[in-house]
Amino acid sequence: MMNLNVHAREERNCGAEGGAGMGGDAAVPREVRCDANASGNGCPGTDDVPCPRVRRGTETLKEGLARMQVGGVIMDVTNAEQARIAESAGAVAVMALDRVPSELRKAGGVARMAAPERILEIREAVSIPVMAKARIGHFVEAQILEALGVDCIDESEVLTPADEEVHIDKHAFSVPFVCGCRNLGEALRRIAEGAAMIRTKGEAGTGNVVEAVRHVRAVARDLRRVLAADGEELVSLARELGVPVAQLLRCREAGRLPVVQFAAGGIATPADAALMMRLGCDGVFVGSGIFTSSDPRRRAEAIVEAVAHYDDPSVLARVSSGIGEAMAGTDVRRLAPEERLQERGV
Amino acid sequence: MTVRIGVVAFQGAWGEHLRLLERLGTEGFPLRSGPLPEDLAGVVLPGGESTVIGRHLAASGLSAALAAGIDAGLPALGTCAGAILLARRLEGPAPEGRIPRVPFLVRRNAWGGGAPQSGTQRDSFEGVLSWNDGQSSRGVFIRAPRFDEPEEGVTVLARFGEEPVALRWRNLFVAAFHPELDGGGPLHSLFLDACRRFGSNAAVPRRA
Repeated sequence: MMNLNVHAREERNCGAEGGAGMGGDAAVPREVRCDANASGNGCPGTDDVPCPRVRRGTETLKEGLARMQVGGVIMDVTNAEQARIAESAGAVAVMALDRVPSELRKAGGVARMAAPERILEIREAVSIPVMAKARIGHFVEAQILEALGVDCIDESEVLTPADEEVHIDKHAFSVPFVCGCRNLGEALRRIAEGAAMIRTKGEAGTGNVVEAVRHVRAVARDLRRVLAADGEELVSLARELGVPVAQLLRCREAGRLPVVQFAAGGIATPADAALMMRLGCDGVFVGSGIFTSSDPRRRAEAIVEAVAHYDDPSVLARVSSGIGEAMAGTDVRRLAPEERLQERGV
Repeated sequence: MTVRIGVVAFQGAWGEHLRLLERLGTEGFPLRSGPLPEDLAGVVLPGGESTVIGRHLAASGLSAALAAGIDAGLPALGTCAGAILLARRLEGPAPEGRIPRVPFLVRRNAWGGGAPQSGTQRDSFEGVLSWNDGQSSRGVFIRAPRFDEPEEGVTVLARFGEEPVALRWRNLFVAAFHPELDGGGPLHSLFLDACRRFGSNAAVPRRA
C-alpha cells in the first residue's frame, strides 16, 4: 500500500507529523495543515510567512476539485469519440468506462476497473477532468488509477465490490474520491473515510430516477434533524446514523453536507437532471442516459442547459424538445434483490 | 461604502466567491443574464471549467453585456477558468463566450511539465505566493492555467517562484489560483478598491 502514497503523505504533512497509517482510525483527519504556530514541528513558516513548501493532495485541493464541478454534468464515456462529444456538449468531466452501467447489467459477471489503455485514450482526447471507477474496497485498483493520472476516482457500487465490509481509506490518496450514498449515514461514513465528493447511488443503468430521488430526500431529511438537534442530542444521533460526531459538527458548521453533493443513478432526461438540482444537488452524473439514447449529442447539450437553468421551466421546455428518444427505462421494483446495485457498500 | 458585485453563476465555484464577498463586507449576487444592473460595481468570473462557463456566457448573452461593461470600465476578477476567459491569447482550442481583453498568453492545465494541457489533479498544489508589495500568501492551484508573456501595461501582482500567477491590466484582475478557497487576501483588497472607486463614480448615472 505504501509505495505510491509515501510521497503524497510526506508533502501533505510538511515533513512535520506522521499521518495515521493504513488501517488507522478513519475519523482522524489525515490532512495536516502546516501549522505555522506549532513550535518544533520542523515547519519553517511563521505567523506572517506561511510554510514555503509546496503541498499536494491536501483536503483543500481534493474538495476544491469537486467544488469546480458544481453546476455541471459529468458524463459516462467508453471511448475517445464519446469523450469528445461529451466535452463539446459542455460536460465538466467525463467518467471513463469499459461499459456503461446498463450494459454492465446485461453483461453480468464481475465488473472491474476499466482497462488502463481505455482510460488513457479518453484522457488524451479531452482537456476536462477524467474520472474512473474502482471497485468498493479495491485500494489497488485505486492506486493504479491514481498512477494513471485520473483526476478523481469513483469508488462505485456499479462495479462488483472487492470488499463487502471495508471501503478504501481515501485519506491515503492524493487524488480525490467520489462515493455513492443512499442516506446521510452512508454519506458521512464515506466522508469520514476521505471522500471529497458525494453522489446519490440511485439505481444505475435503469434510466429511472426514482431511487436517486429517494436517496437525496433521505439525506436531506436526516440533515434537517442534525441541523435542528440540541448539542446534547448529537452523540445519540451520531450513534443512530453510525457516524463520528465530528462529521455531524462539520454538517452543522456548513449548514449542509460538508462536501459537494451530486445526483447519480437513473438520470435520463433534462427534466430528471433539473429535478435533482431542485432537490438540492450541486450537479449530476449521467451514466447510461446519454450514449444509449437516440441522439447523444443533443441530449448531452440539453442536460447541460437544464442543470444551469434548472429553475427556469421555459428554458427546460425549450431544451427538452427535439432531442430524440431517451434510453428505455427499467421498473426498479422488477429488479431481483441481487440486481439492485445500491445495496452494495453501506 | 458597500458596493454590489455580480458573480457569474452558471458553473464552478461561484458559491465560494459569494460567501467570500459577504465575509469581506460586500454584497455579492449571482449573475446569469444581461442586461447588467445599473448599480453593478464589479464582476467575478469564478473557477470551474472554462469551456462550460464560456458556453453559458455565450448562450445567455451575458458575454456581450459583460464585454461592453468591461470596456466602459467595470472592474472584473477572473480566477482560474475565469482568467482563461479574460485572456487575450490562449494556447489550444478557444472556448466560446470569452471576453479576451487582458494581453497575455494563457496555457490551460499547464503545471504538469509534460505536453501542453497535460496537467492533471496530481499536479494541483498549494504554494506560497510573493506579491509585488512584499506580502506573501498561500495560493491554491487546481489543474491551474499558466500565465505567459504579459504585454506592456500588464502589472504582475504576484508570482509563484518566477512564474506570474496574478496580473492586473487596467480594470481587470486575473489569478491562476483560487482566492475564494483561501480567504481572499491581497487580490481581493485590490479588486474591491477598484470596485469601490468604480461604484462611487457610478453614482452619476452611466450607460454601459
